[in-house]
Amino acid sequence: MKLIKSIVRPNKVDEVKDALAKLSISGMTVTEVRGHGKQKGHTAIYRGKEYNVSLLPKMEIEIVVPDSIADDAIKAIVGAARTGEIGDGRVFVFPVLESYRIRTGEKES
Amino acid sequence: MNQADTAWMLISTALVLLMTPALAFFYGGLVRSKNALNTMMMSFISLGFVSVLWALVGYSLALTPGNNWIGDMSLAFLNGVGLAETGAIVPLTFPHILYMAFQATFCIITAALISGAIVERMRFSAYVIFISLWSVVVYAPIAHWVWGGGWLADMGAWDFAGGTVVHVNAAAAALVAAIVVGKRREYGSTSVLPHSVPFTLLGAGLLWFGWFGFNAGSALAAGPIASLAFVTTMLAPAATLVVWTFLDLTRSGKPTAVGAATAIVVGLVAVTPAAGFISPINAIFLGAIAAVPSYFALIIRARTSLDDSLDVVAAHGVGGTVGALLTGVFAEKSINGLFDGAIAGNPGQVMIQGTAVLAAFVYSAGASFILLKLIGLVMPLRATVEEEGTGLDITSHGEEAYLHVGGATATRHGSF
Repeated sequence: MKLIKSIVRPNKVDEVKDALAKLSISGMTVTEVRGHGKQKGHTAIYRGKEYNVSLLPKMEIEIVVPDSIADDAIKAIVGAARTGEIGDGRVFVFPVLESYRIRTGEKES
Repeated sequence: MNQADTAWMLISTALVLLMTPALAFFYGGLVRSKNALNTMMMSFISLGFVSVLWALVGYSLALTPGNNWIGDMSLAFLNGVGLAETGAIVPLTFPHILYMAFQATFCIITAALISGAIVERMRFSAYVIFISLWSVVVYAPIAHWVWGGGWLADMGAWDFAGGTVVHVNAAAAALVAAIVVGKRREYGSTSVLPHSVPFTLLGAGLLWFGWFGFNAGSALAAGPIASLAFVTTMLAPAATLVVWTFLDLTRSGKPTAVGAATAIVVGLVAVTPAAGFISPINAIFLGAIAAVPSYFALIIRARTSLDDSLDVVAAHGVGGTVGALLTGVFAEKSINGLFDGAIAGNPGQVMIQGTAVLAAFVYSAGASFILLKLIGLVMPLRATVEEEGTGLDITSHGEEAYLHVGGATATRHGSF
């Protein structure tokens, strides 16, 4: 099993969700996050004083999938979230040791 | 000079002015958080540009004798708008200057209402230019037709506080603007949901409060007709809210909060043309009836590709039309001292009311279309794809409605 953690533009969440649904991946955790990579942020002006807002709003999508479909899932996410501009985000992949279903207590493979 | 009337009109003017910030909250809650400030600013900016234009030329073009179609420039730049009660188009018992201010607040909110159709994608600068020109080219003539002794007044159309002048007029412009500007790029996707329903409820509450000035103030005196308009303004939206709740229950099994806020506005819109003309019991009927067409107009609109984002047409267009027609049904001369409606034996009144609605709709839609096309020749009407994706708060105003702690660091600029 793999944990795939993607940081994407907020307006791309629906497209990523749809792309994953096509692979029959329906379970996911989505979190509103802030961060930046190479993207510089923007200038905000409050009461005449300028601020550089470097941490921009992003969405983090976490899914756990069997190894066999991990590559397809990554391709789907990258394809759906890409605009080609700086600030499209990142995909991180982690190995998952074990997974339990809380309702039944059973260990999933 | 009547001091009670003066006091009431001072209060009413302030009440109606408050409706525009109230509308900002109503609309602001219904959009996504990345566009909250931009949407609210579309209402607030009207308080500036439209007010100034009204004082300079709008008031004179709307509310001077002129001809059947438009007023003249005799009161332009507020020349002759003084502290005495003389010189206005209607007989007054309070200062003329206060009547000008009261009427200004109507023009301000009418222009702001249009924004509901184009939020989350229209360029702010193009919007400001549009509503500024619109307030002079569209609002002033229609106000003149109904309240300035123009042709609709001559024909015998009655509009107590602006069902046609304000609501049908704004809705026609909104419909055209939604079509010309085009739909949001993410229209139809599940991500386009209200970001703060409490804001919308707050806005609806403040609108109701302000509407007492709008309708009861339109009596232009602190007397029996103002009291009647006040009570009908209380009862009609109440009835709309009750019927709307049952419609919600029947359709989805749950009474929704956005539905309740919408119902209140629909009831207020519908009673506006009738407020000082009908009995309080008929106001309950009027409010109850008005719920149905607007409720289904909302549902049908959402299934089309018409992105009238915050349903200006369903709430103000349909509600305003139903209200104007029902004014011609429920009006009683024994109450208002002016004219009877269909139930009291004057069925022709409904036709006259319908003609007024149609005329306002056609003129407003046509003139708004031309204005938008002209502005579109000089500048883009729409935000860019990138601006729309990022959100118009950051891209148009350089601010965010909800800035997270640690999201910003101050940078020094120039000499502090």
